[in-house]
Amino acid sequence: MVIFDWINSQLLRMEWLYELVRLLVENVFGLSMQERLGGSVHFFIYDVIKIFILLSVLIFGISYIQSYFPPERTRKILGRFDGLSANILGALLGTVTPFCSCSSIPLFIGFTGAGLPIGVTFSFLISSPLVDLASVILLASIFNWQIAIAYVVVGLILAVIGGSIISKAKMEKYVEPFVFSNKIMDIEQEELTTADRVEFSKNQVLDIIKRVWIYILIGVGIGAAIHNWIPENIISAVLGQDKWYSVIIATLAGVPMYADIFGTLPIAEALVLKGVGLGTALSFMMGVTALSLPSMIMLKKVVKTKLLVVFGGLVTVGIIIIGYSFNAFGYLFL
Amino acid sequence: MIIKVLGPGCKKCKMLLEHVNEAIEKTGVEAEVIKVEDMAEIVRYGVMLTPALVIDEVVVSSGKILMTKDIVKLIQK
Repeated sequence: MVIFDWINSQLLRMEWLYELVRLLVENVFGLSMQERLGGSVHFFIYDVIKIFILLSVLIFGISYIQSYFPPERTRKILGRFDGLSANILGALLGTVTPFCSCSSIPLFIGFTGAGLPIGVTFSFLISSPLVDLASVILLASIFNWQIAIAYVVVGLILAVIGGSIISKAKMEKYVEPFVFSNKIMDIEQEELTTADRVEFSKNQVLDIIKRVWIYILIGVGIGAAIHNWIPENIISAVLGQDKWYSVIIATLAGVPMYADIFGTLPIAEALVLKGVGLGTALSFMMGVTALSLPSMIMLKKVVKTKLLVVFGGLVTVGIIIIGYSFNAFGYLFL
Repeated sequence: MIIKVLGPGCKKCKMLLEHVNEAIEKTGVEAEVIKVEDMAEIVRYGVMLTPALVIDEVVVSSGKILMTKDIVKLIQK
């Protein structure tokens, strides 16, 4: 237990870093932590450094694991199952298979063309951006493990249910026909050496940092502003725990936005510190990551509008339900 | 040789295209470079992760933005 607590407080929450930055802010900059300026400077520096360290370490480790799960292998594995277990497996594999939102189309076509039921593919597409091993660990670092695990479980359930509904509703007819008519070439999978995997993981870290650093700075900046500058009553008025509409507002605000999940975490953290319900903050995060305008636009090319709307609607409703549940049961975790 | 860069047009595929052009400049190899953005065609190659690189109709990589030096090695083979 002691070891676990140490891991939790030093490696994940980085209490040593918190202290170091506090010393910096108080002794070098001469600012008081109790004051707004000092408080936000501290929040900004500490959060940025923490996120970048965690990001690099996590992406590296996770990419390494992901190098064992190229989509071709995922497709083969999924092809052997059917029914609910296929959906569950699809959702699980979605969390470990790497892809960026622009790959969602070729992936969709690749899976569907190979004969996988679209419900399974959608379970995969829902869980992939939502449940990401790196962000789960970041959640644990900002909140705690119980919340992180609950988030994973809930995200997976949403993916499985969403996919199953789409399958049961027989929405295959809303997929553009060319998707089914295409010949799937099985590209030969070259076996990767350890050096290849390290190279791949290293490149993933650099690539992702290059893409998201700006979102992280913006996210932490907004988080710092919320933390210290925006008065609690304004936030309470819109997103307060007692406001029944807070979850809906948070979700709807998140859905049209797209930012990397790492950028939204500091915002969620600042919101919760200001008394916003845990569920509300999580709904915002899930809204931002699960549905993104770029991937919806791309999906439109392979799927008819009706199916796209069902997909978007299901995920949004699911997130709202999750938000309310976390608000109701959040006290168990915090 | 005909080099095709497959991708729907996001930053990653643009970067791969840049690296391909750099590699061709460096080596002076005679090659036609085509950017393929049409989904149906991309998928015809069996590619599931973009960006992907196709040289003379053979998929040599998918899902990675190859470094210029790696592309140089591939086109000099």
